[in-house]
Amino acid sequence: MNNAVVLPLLIPLLAGVVLVFFSNVRAQRTISALAALLNVAACAYLVQQVRTDGIQTLYMGGWLPPFGIVFVADMLGALLALTSAVVMGACLFYAFRTIGEGRERHHFYALAQFLTVGVIGSFLTGDIFNLFVCFEVMLISSYALIVLGGEKRQLRESIKYILINIVSSILFVASMAYLYAALGTLNMAQLAVRVAETGQGGGLNVVAALLLVVFSLKAGLFLFFWLPGSYGAPPSVVAAMFGGLLTKVGVYAIVRTFTLIFAYDPGFTQPLIEWMSIGAMTLGALGAVAYRDVPRILIYNIVVAVGLIGFGLSAATEAALDGVVFYLLHDMVAKALVFLLGGWLMTLAGTDRSGRMGGLIEKAPALGWMFFATGMAIAGVPPLSGFVGKLLIVQGGLEGGRYIGVAVALATSLLVLLSLTRLFMSAFWGEPKSGEPASVVPSGLLAPCASLLAIVALLGVGAEWVNAYVSLAGEVLARPELYIEAVLKE
Amino acid sequence: MEFIMSILIGALFSVGTYLILSRSLLRIVLGTAILSHGVHLLLMTMAGLKRGAAPLLGEEAGAYTDPLPQALILTSIVISFGVTAFFFVLAYRAYQELRTDDMELLRGDDDE
Repeated sequence: MNNAVVLPLLIPLLAGVVLVFFSNVRAQRTISALAALLNVAACAYLVQQVRTDGIQTLYMGGWLPPFGIVFVADMLGALLALTSAVVMGACLFYAFRTIGEGRERHHFYALAQFLTVGVIGSFLTGDIFNLFVCFEVMLISSYALIVLGGEKRQLRESIKYILINIVSSILFVASMAYLYAALGTLNMAQLAVRVAETGQGGGLNVVAALLLVVFSLKAGLFLFFWLPGSYGAPPSVVAAMFGGLLTKVGVYAIVRTFTLIFAYDPGFTQPLIEWMSIGAMTLGALGAVAYRDVPRILIYNIVVAVGLIGFGLSAATEAALDGVVFYLLHDMVAKALVFLLGGWLMTLAGTDRSGRMGGLIEKAPALGWMFFATGMAIAGVPPLSGFVGKLLIVQGGLEGGRYIGVAVALATSLLVLLSLTRLFMSAFWGEPKSGEPASVVPSGLLAPCASLLAIVALLGVGAEWVNAYVSLAGEVLARPELYIEAVLKE
Repeated sequence: MEFIMSILIGALFSVGTYLILSRSLLRIVLGTAILSHGVHLLLMTMAGLKRGAAPLLGEEAGAYTDPLPQALILTSIVISFGVTAFFFVLAYRAYQELRTDDMELLRGDDDE
């Protein structure tokens, strides 16, 4: 029992509730900044506790599992919670300057806090129905965020976004109905025990496939066709929150269910995930190279990253699982950062077409070099953060003899590098284009972007130090009995 | 009883799917509402319909009903009510701004 597990949810929840009552913009900013910083501290404390004392659990209302609701912070959940708190904080500081008074007055900050509750709740819950509830908290906030502002394009795209997510939530409830009928529990640890007892036969494989469809819809793994439109519609800081956090929650759910619960019939699940990942990497990379406007290039890069993580999961060796954790952490920070920089770039150039930009390195050298460094990190150039995770995933793939996947992963890395360097070159080098006059760029964007970039560099340069934490997370994924013992011990 | 319920659930699912596949936005919203109704009944039925007393101490019954599916459904119903309400408002706002409720006309991008 450790009450600190619930702090990362309680802080943003209370902050969000308080924020609803303030219409004063300055007060809203102060409260949300304080809440974001406090939440980072709470998550860091939780990570440290998991490091020293092992997996932390909290039985809500003192009901012991399997009867009560349980919150579990293993190293994976705690690290992801810490990363999302950091990313959310940086996005908020960026939003203070860019989001505009209209959205601020209509409770942008409160919605952002509720989004944090949903995201971190999904990482820390130990019960699959609670995972659904946290998903819904996150999704409902994201519906509101994506439509906030009410532009025509936002309205049109959010209809599709909401429809897709409602249908996938319905399938999620249906798969839980089957799961409960088959196994009589929804506690993840107990589900794992029961699946091990009864064996993962045909019926459970159907449920596993159904859950895979649901989570892939949320993660953008192969079933990502809704993603480019809906992430392109809202302002770039909202897209940064979505790209950094929302898809990663889906990925986390896939990782958790398929390493813990449905890990007993790898002959069925692993090829499924592997081929979906290969499809996602290929199509995502082609999309990133094919388009010429900034949002779409960045959005298709999300799909490639999700595919790579899925491939690491399907390889399922210890190295690959470490790589999955490492790449997940890297990708949350790097994707949020690249969207923030992309938003800055589009404001500076006054257009989202890379063809109409040029010579911006004169005007904004800091932005240019930060964009370059982030692109290198995403493509996986050492010593930045993408390299270590990618290396571990490739190593795991080679150990498992999955050569096609490894080849696709490496080839798509090159395409990602191509798409981002081409964007960098056309936007920052060459002659300045005399297109539309550049809009005024708000000051104070440098600090949040630079701090995220510092984390990206730290994850790469300090890989040895980070690895102490990541290997703890990977160990729990590779040996699910650790998780089960920690939850069901008392 | 479970047998009749499963036929009802199947009917609700097919009606919901049919409505979601139509072109009118209003029908799509109604389709999601019906689909979620079907899935709630599914959750109820899969866990076994009522067969014993309420799960209270001192009831001394031979069998007790499992209360968990009902708690789950309650949560799920609340969520789907909220989402449906939001979807209706969104559909209305979208109709006001875009002057159409035809999904065919809502496709594509501004620039293509």
